[in-house]
Amino acid sequence: MENEQVIIVRDLVKKFGDFTANAGLNFHVDKGEIFGFLGANGAGKTTAMRILCGLSSPTSGLVEVAGYNVKTHAEEVKKRIGYMSQKFSLFEDLTIWENMRFFSTVYGMNKTAFKERGEMLLRKLELFEKRNRLVSTLSLGWKQKLAFTVAILHEPSIVFLDEPTGGVDPITRRQFWEMIYEAADNGITVFVTTHYMDEAEYCNRVTIMVDGRIDALDTPAKLKEKYQVNSMNDVFLALAR
Amino acid sequence: MNRFLAFVKKEFLHIFRDVRTMMILFIMPIAQILIFGFAITTEIKNASIAILDKSKDEVTRELTQKLLASDYYTVSDYLSSEAEIESSFTKGRNKMVVVYEPQFAQNYEKNGVAKVQLLCDASDPNTARILSQYATGIFASYGEMAQSNGIQAEVRMYYNENLDGFYMSIPGIMAMILMLVSAMMTSISITREKELGSMEVLLISPLKPIQIIFGKVTPYILMAIVNILSILALSYWVFNVPVKGSMALLLFECILFTVLALSLGILISTVAKNQMVAMFMSLFALMLPVILLSGFIFPIDNMPLVLQWLSNIIPPKWFIIIVKTIMLKGGGLAHVWKETLILVAFIVVFVGLSVKKFNVRLQD
Repeated sequence: MENEQVIIVRDLVKKFGDFTANAGLNFHVDKGEIFGFLGANGAGKTTAMRILCGLSSPTSGLVEVAGYNVKTHAEEVKKRIGYMSQKFSLFEDLTIWENMRFFSTVYGMNKTAFKERGEMLLRKLELFEKRNRLVSTLSLGWKQKLAFTVAILHEPSIVFLDEPTGGVDPITRRQFWEMIYEAADNGITVFVTTHYMDEAEYCNRVTIMVDGRIDALDTPAKLKEKYQVNSMNDVFLALAR
Repeated sequence: MNRFLAFVKKEFLHIFRDVRTMMILFIMPIAQILIFGFAITTEIKNASIAILDKSKDEVTRELTQKLLASDYYTVSDYLSSEAEIESSFTKGRNKMVVVYEPQFAQNYEKNGVAKVQLLCDASDPNTARILSQYATGIFASYGEMAQSNGIQAEVRMYYNENLDGFYMSIPGIMAMILMLVSAMMTSISITREKELGSMEVLLISPLKPIQIIFGKVTPYILMAIVNILSILALSYWVFNVPVKGSMALLLFECILFTVLALSLGILISTVAKNQMVAMFMSLFALMLPVILLSGFIFPIDNMPLVLQWLSNIIPPKWFIIIVKTIMLKGGGLAHVWKETLILVAFIVVFVGLSVKKFNVRLQD
């Protein structure tokens, strides 16, 4: 089942009154893939991502995530995805462990499974000894890494990352991407939006949205070849201008 | 259910770890009760007065004694001439000067009429009115005893025999605190979640919106109940305000009002974009009307007609009527069913509007 498709989007249209935010999107994402979702601000990325997460329903078109239609089976979809955004990582006035326990219960993990997996993930981050510290005492980089850990705590089939590395230093970004790769190796599909073009290079495949349409969708190498440029940055500029 | 409990637990942790929230939830209600009970009282004790006795006979002395025998006055000065009156107001803290006319006892015995003048410092009109009324009463009763003719009016103040100002403010304070704790705190805590972006994370999670809302509201219902009990306990043991009616009914009405305030808080949070807006909306949309228009401080019957109409859409007005009826008059559900239904109607409207707003937002 190498080519199992965990996200299928066909002719997705989303309109807000007269304004069309998504004008007929078509793409799919394979299991275990790291899928980069790029686009200028206002290109319609966030709208599409909200629809994929079941936060908003499409005007028309078919959207299937983790094998379920988001329009009719949003609840099933929600159980099988993880989500993390730059804006909010974790509850600051709760400790690391309390945050993890809260989200594990919300995602329906049983206690023993949580203890085992939670401890394992925290030890990997070398945060297990500090698990009773308030999240507010952590630096932004640590918070983001921890937030990612929490997002994959319940072993979702897909994790959505909305600009996860915004405002984070290059070393932490590097470590963050190592975590992403590890998750992907364990079969978790990663759907990531970013404004950093070097990060786009790390993705298996990349889409670039312009004005509500998908103008390019391929591996970074092929995109560079197609537009005859040396970096994803130039691909982006060629398209989004 | 586990999800819901985990959510409620998280909310409690938020509350217990935030010193300011804790202060608002627990210290403020008690402080307000004590302040209203002890400081803002409409009755007067030991107001200092001055006496200008131009007659100095046994009748004036007896009258002065009678004034002092009440708890209302203490004499700070005995004046010797009218010239000193003005300065006794400005220099001293005298609230009233009592002036007996010359040959007071003689006039009284001969003509049955003697004149006493009460000069009050009306820069504080309420105090002035009350002080002069008390004194007039004392003089009148002396006159009646002496000659027992004319019409005697016997006045009894029902439901609040001593005319304690505090009786009047207890229901109002309860309305205010419940509004504050329930409406303001929930609207702030929901908008905080929106502002931080955690609301999005929660909505994406398998938690249902209804679980999120109820999870937000549950801790505040419990807090409100704690507050209700502490207010009642304080007013009973510290200020001796009795609960004449059924305690169960009173608690039921309080919880009903709490639910109303919570639904209002939810409504505010669906409209407000951030915590600041939520707080200002709660303060201006809730606190001011509660204080000004609910009949808490200013009697509704004395308001202009337009404001009287307006007061009908202020929920605390009905709550205050209910609490007064149950606590002070000992009324039962038969006496307050109409007001109770009005509260229920408010809840239905607020919840309906919130659900509508919430659904509109999810559509986007």
